[in-house]
Amino acid sequence: MRSTRFWFSGDIFLQPFLWTLALLDYVLAPLQKLIGYKRMAYFFVLPNLLIFGIFILIPMLLNFYYGFTGGDSILLENRAVVGTANFEKIFACQDFTRPNTCSEDLFWRGAWNTTGFVVFQVGFMILFSLLTALALNREIHGRGFFRAMFFYPVLLSPVVVALIWKWILQFQNGVLNAFLVSLGLTKVPWLLDARWAQFWVIAISIWAQMGFFTLILLAGLQSIPKEMYEAASMDGANKWRTFWNVTMPLLMPTMTVVLVLALIRAVQVFDQVFVLTHGGPGTATMYIVQYIYRTAFEFRNYGMAAAASLVLAIVLLLLTIGQLLMQRRQEAV
Amino acid sequence: MNRKLFVLVSLFAILMMIAACAPAPTATPVPAPTKAPEPAKPAATTAPTAVPATKAPEPTKPAATTAPATQAVELRIVWYNDGNEGEVMRALLDKFQAANPNIKVKMDTVAYADLGKILQPQVEAGTPPDLARVTNLAQFQGFYLDLRPHLSNAATWEANWSPAFLGALRKADDKTGLYGYPTQFTVSGPFVNRTLFTQAGVPVPSDTKEKVTWQEWVDAAKKVATATKTPYAVAIDRSAHRFWGPTLGMCATYVTGLTETKFTIDTPGFRNAANMLVGWHKDKITPLEVWAGGGGGYAAGNDFFVNGQLVFYFSGNWQVGQFDKLIGNKFNWDVVPNPYGDCGSTGMPGGAALVTFKASKNPKEVAKLVEYLTSDDVLAEFSAKSLFLPGSLSLSKKGVTYASSNKQMNVFLKEVGKLTPESYYLQFNALGQTLNPEMRDRLSQVITGELTLDEAIKRIQQKMDEAAAAIKK
Repeated sequence: MRSTRFWFSGDIFLQPFLWTLALLDYVLAPLQKLIGYKRMAYFFVLPNLLIFGIFILIPMLLNFYYGFTGGDSILLENRAVVGTANFEKIFACQDFTRPNTCSEDLFWRGAWNTTGFVVFQVGFMILFSLLTALALNREIHGRGFFRAMFFYPVLLSPVVVALIWKWILQFQNGVLNAFLVSLGLTKVPWLLDARWAQFWVIAISIWAQMGFFTLILLAGLQSIPKEMYEAASMDGANKWRTFWNVTMPLLMPTMTVVLVLALIRAVQVFDQVFVLTHGGPGTATMYIVQYIYRTAFEFRNYGMAAAASLVLAIVLLLLTIGQLLMQRRQEAV
Repeated sequence: MNRKLFVLVSLFAILMMIAACAPAPTATPVPAPTKAPEPAKPAATTAPTAVPATKAPEPTKPAATTAPATQAVELRIVWYNDGNEGEVMRALLDKFQAANPNIKVKMDTVAYADLGKILQPQVEAGTPPDLARVTNLAQFQGFYLDLRPHLSNAATWEANWSPAFLGALRKADDKTGLYGYPTQFTVSGPFVNRTLFTQAGVPVPSDTKEKVTWQEWVDAAKKVATATKTPYAVAIDRSAHRFWGPTLGMCATYVTGLTETKFTIDTPGFRNAANMLVGWHKDKITPLEVWAGGGGGYAAGNDFFVNGQLVFYFSGNWQVGQFDKLIGNKFNWDVVPNPYGDCGSTGMPGGAALVTFKASKNPKEVAKLVEYLTSDDVLAEFSAKSLFLPGSLSLSKKGVTYASSNKQMNVFLKEVGKLTPESYYLQFNALGQTLNPEMRDRLSQVITGELTLDEAIKRIQQKMDEAAAAIKK
């Protein structure tokens, strides 16, 4: 009887872990005696700290050093220290709003392209996510199906998303242009015209990520107590006032999370666009991360790439601090 | 008692797990077979060396009882492919290995786009491959292995290669080092879809005239495209290397002397050529995808040509192999001489080199392999089967008979004789490697309307001045 229970109760899966823990005890007990109970915490965080140090901290410090050096060698010993020359070149600009007047014009093209992308992509994505979440929060037929449909693109790899859309949008033999031609219309250079390319990069990015943010907002909407709506209804509030005075204020903490996540993702945009347009036509969809990638790995100007990434890090840091302050103010209210 | 049993069982379980996760057992040396093994090939050409072995002898192959045990050496080549040359090289290496059983040659084939990214860390960290096939010859100057002490006759070997090619592998203060050889020579030039010309009833201009200008070619191609409803009349690969030939023919002069580091971009010749390229895009006679769609990389227009969507395509002889394979007899295609500008006509030289690295632990074996690969017979077989122009001077004189596309390859061979000294300088000078991507990207920006030609010229000039200053430092 006992053995049957053993097989069906999951003990069989648990037992190896228990054995391992018991074995570990033979190692950890003497160690604890040696270094003391309080210092054991350091031992436990050591593996994580090592991984963090090797793959994040040391590269960050190296990147910082690279930003002040020049040349095309990878080895630090072969790199000449150039001081702040890379930063001076980035900021040597007559008018920051006109990249052509800047010494490192491609950095500023990347920066402005990224700014445009962040504003439109984040703005429209939050709007569409909110509308979709509101729709899916209602009692509609096939709600589960629609939720799955909106979430499905999130499961796809950005490279796959880009390849699918490239297949649809390419000028020659693209699915969309083939459809237009079949209707007797002319082909449109969807990815070869700067404006269209910028539009599609944003639209595809929204399509690919919207499901994730919709889900977060939906969870936020469902956490609002129904009594609040009942009270608003008894007070005679119409739907519009209920939305602005009940839903939105109570959804704001969730909205802040969505905004933070969406902003960080938008500033880091790279893989999807790289596969879809390579940053073209010209530099119309070359964003700041791609500029850094090209400068480092195509032109082997590692110093300039490191300097640009430090500037980007500072911008991200400022954004994060701003959002933290915003969040604290909300919590205080 | 229970605790002891528990510990024993646990230890046993862990040992079993470790044993299960261990790599598959390597074959242990087998005892002397009952049947006498094949005697090892005499090591006449490969005397045992004192070089430390990088790999243990194959345990499954019993050493011949009569031959002294030789230390096996493994050489590693980092390689990339344009066409079938990897297969051809592998077959040649297999023959080399059969003749030299103590040398094993491994090919690590990588994508061309990743070649520099893969090699640079290896080379700078002091762990490069023994050999690598590269196109940016100057990139690893100072890291190459000087083959002179290891070659049987260095002077004769050196005389077989273009001095410009050998010089590109040397640092500025080095005039004598021998670091590698060109696996193939390339020259840029145009292809035409002859079937489309026939269908349009337009004569191919080079059939009736020796010196055909760019304007004449473009006019003819436009007529053919219109008559046959072909989407595009002309295209040129998105690469400044390809574009330099036409600019030189149109009187662009980038340097005043062939030792000069000061480059001048703004010349009437360059402007004429740039305006011609931009004009093709405005007139929509060239596929926008090639120059506008590519962001930061090289883009070829070969797909359009293979699919019969293009009349006149400017690229180079490395396309012959795949055109031969992909187009087959679907339509007639040809190679025609480079078009003329006011200052004549030139294609651009180029090619790839098999270079050796001084960090190799087996320099003698590396030199031995290089001598084998550069022997006329082996080089002729490699060139003929890969449809490459040979980089060897002696073989160029003797000629190579190609199994297919012989006529097309011979047109390119003739173009080699017309290459100007400045074309060699642009290709094999370290500054050319800076000029190439900069000019490509800035011209793309002009085509998409982000920059004016004046602004682009200013940007390219700024980049070249910075690069020249860095070299002087």
